[in-house]
Amino acid sequence: MEKLISRAPAVKIQQLRKTYENDTVLAIKGLDLTVGSGELLALIGPDGAGKTSLFRILATLILPDGGQVEVLGYDVVKDFQSLRLITGYMPGRFALYQDLTVLENLSFFATVFNTSIEANYDIIRDIYVQLEPFKHRRASQLSGGMKQKLALCCTLVHKPSILLLDEPTTGVDPVSRQEFWDILDKLKADGMTMIVSTPYMDEARRCDRIAMMNRGELLDISTPEALIDGFGKPLYAIQSDRMFALLQDLRKYPVTDTCFAFGEAHHVTFKKSIQVDDLRGYLQMQGHHHVDIAQIQPTVEDCFMDQLAS
Amino acid sequence: METPVIQVRELTKKFGHFTAVDHISFDVHQGEIFGFLGANGAGKTTAMRMICGLLTPTSGKVDVLGLNIATQTDAVKRQIGYMSQKFSLYDGLTVRENVTFYGGIYGMGKDQLKLKIAELAEKLGLEDKIDHQVSSLPLGWKQKLAFLVAIQHDPKVVFLDEPTGGVDPITRRQFWELIYEAAERGITVFVTTHYMDEAEYCDRVCIMVDGSVAALDRPENLRHKMGKETMHEVFYQLARAAQRQE
Repeated sequence: MEKLISRAPAVKIQQLRKTYENDTVLAIKGLDLTVGSGELLALIGPDGAGKTSLFRILATLILPDGGQVEVLGYDVVKDFQSLRLITGYMPGRFALYQDLTVLENLSFFATVFNTSIEANYDIIRDIYVQLEPFKHRRASQLSGGMKQKLALCCTLVHKPSILLLDEPTTGVDPVSRQEFWDILDKLKADGMTMIVSTPYMDEARRCDRIAMMNRGELLDISTPEALIDGFGKPLYAIQSDRMFALLQDLRKYPVTDTCFAFGEAHHVTFKKSIQVDDLRGYLQMQGHHHVDIAQIQPTVEDCFMDQLAS
Repeated sequence: METPVIQVRELTKKFGHFTAVDHISFDVHQGEIFGFLGANGAGKTTAMRMICGLLTPTSGKVDVLGLNIATQTDAVKRQIGYMSQKFSLYDGLTVRENVTFYGGIYGMGKDQLKLKIAELAEKLGLEDKIDHQVSSLPLGWKQKLAFLVAIQHDPKVVFLDEPTGGVDPITRRQFWELIYEAAERGITVFVTTHYMDEAEYCDRVCIMVDGSVAALDRPENLRHKMGKETMHEVFYQLARAAQRQE
């Protein structure tokens, strides 16, 4: 990671501010962020964190109210025309023409950038071969996973040097998500700089660093490993035969700090160290059977929730 | 044994030569949270739309609450709630106007509505936002509000189509707590999701692959049967075996 940062940064943001509706809504407040060349950065945070505003500023679609933003050495305000030629931006909502076919969409985006599908075929080949069987199908008739692959293809067709992907896998099934990220891995291996926002923490785990935003501010930025190491307290996975009641009973336990449902178990932290047998006794008193309590390694999602809860 | 709340028999939908849903059969029981999973293009949405009476099947039969969905559609619709993935609330109307509008459709009286609005605002902590346009609410709140609106007429069954798509981890969990509460009150919940941790919160899950039911059981049984640690691995193995493209 050190190596990535020490190269000339791809993105340099200093004291960025963005407001809406006559300064009444503060979307981004004094954000500082540097993204290394060739880095894959995950952007995570709840609604209203400012992720989409940040993407739109980087893509030169809206203007900042204050601060400095440079992308690949270009200023997002002064040099927007040059910057647009080398930026690939995939917005959160499906950004294709629904009534055009796969091929028509791709040709359209190529034409807008004064290029052709053939000219940059090497960069889109891996994705395009998956789309080719449906090239005469209208975009509206594609499944969610295929739509997103087409959108990525259109984003890449002018051979950008940086990719800005705003929730590219929302609404996409787990198998297609995996395929989408395999494509991103290949782009990364070729040196592409990418910023990707996602509500899926398993995807954030695959990135070089994770930037966590909340209410227009950067809460934390670190590698997934450092984020997990920084969790700093024991985490328990707890199961019983009545999982919803267990959630409520765990929250009533006097020393419980946080308690969240996590698939097959609930993940719980405590305000002070606990005796597992005491907790087991308490839960059995509440009528739980097959109580299982195990100390576990936190995941990125645990860290995210912990940061937001505090 | 009591009659299932939803009874699906040999349900099939063809679009031209393409069989989107291929002779599926299953039951959904009273009060359960039934997870309906599948890859994009597996036929999930088509099946769900037929089950709630929004799409006519090519063949096969669906009974909801003992009523035939094809012939007694209106009687069924009064007793079910539906929250679609893309559209549920009118962005340009306020919270109060949306609740009033949907209440009107289901024939709720003025007094009943007044109570509902107060109850809903309190539950979501939206008291000061009740006369704000829905477009001004964050996505997570909108989704929670849409769910409460979908069950405000106390339906026996509620259908939720990817209610947590794109929602952050904390809000997703708050949403599921609303689902649990509804299920505790006896509302049967039929829900689709792409989050495999959420599949664990269901009493039973049905996994569609290529228009057919590839698996149907309690999550822990599926994990044990297939020798997997998580539902993600279960789903991945089943869905990856899909033959058809799109």
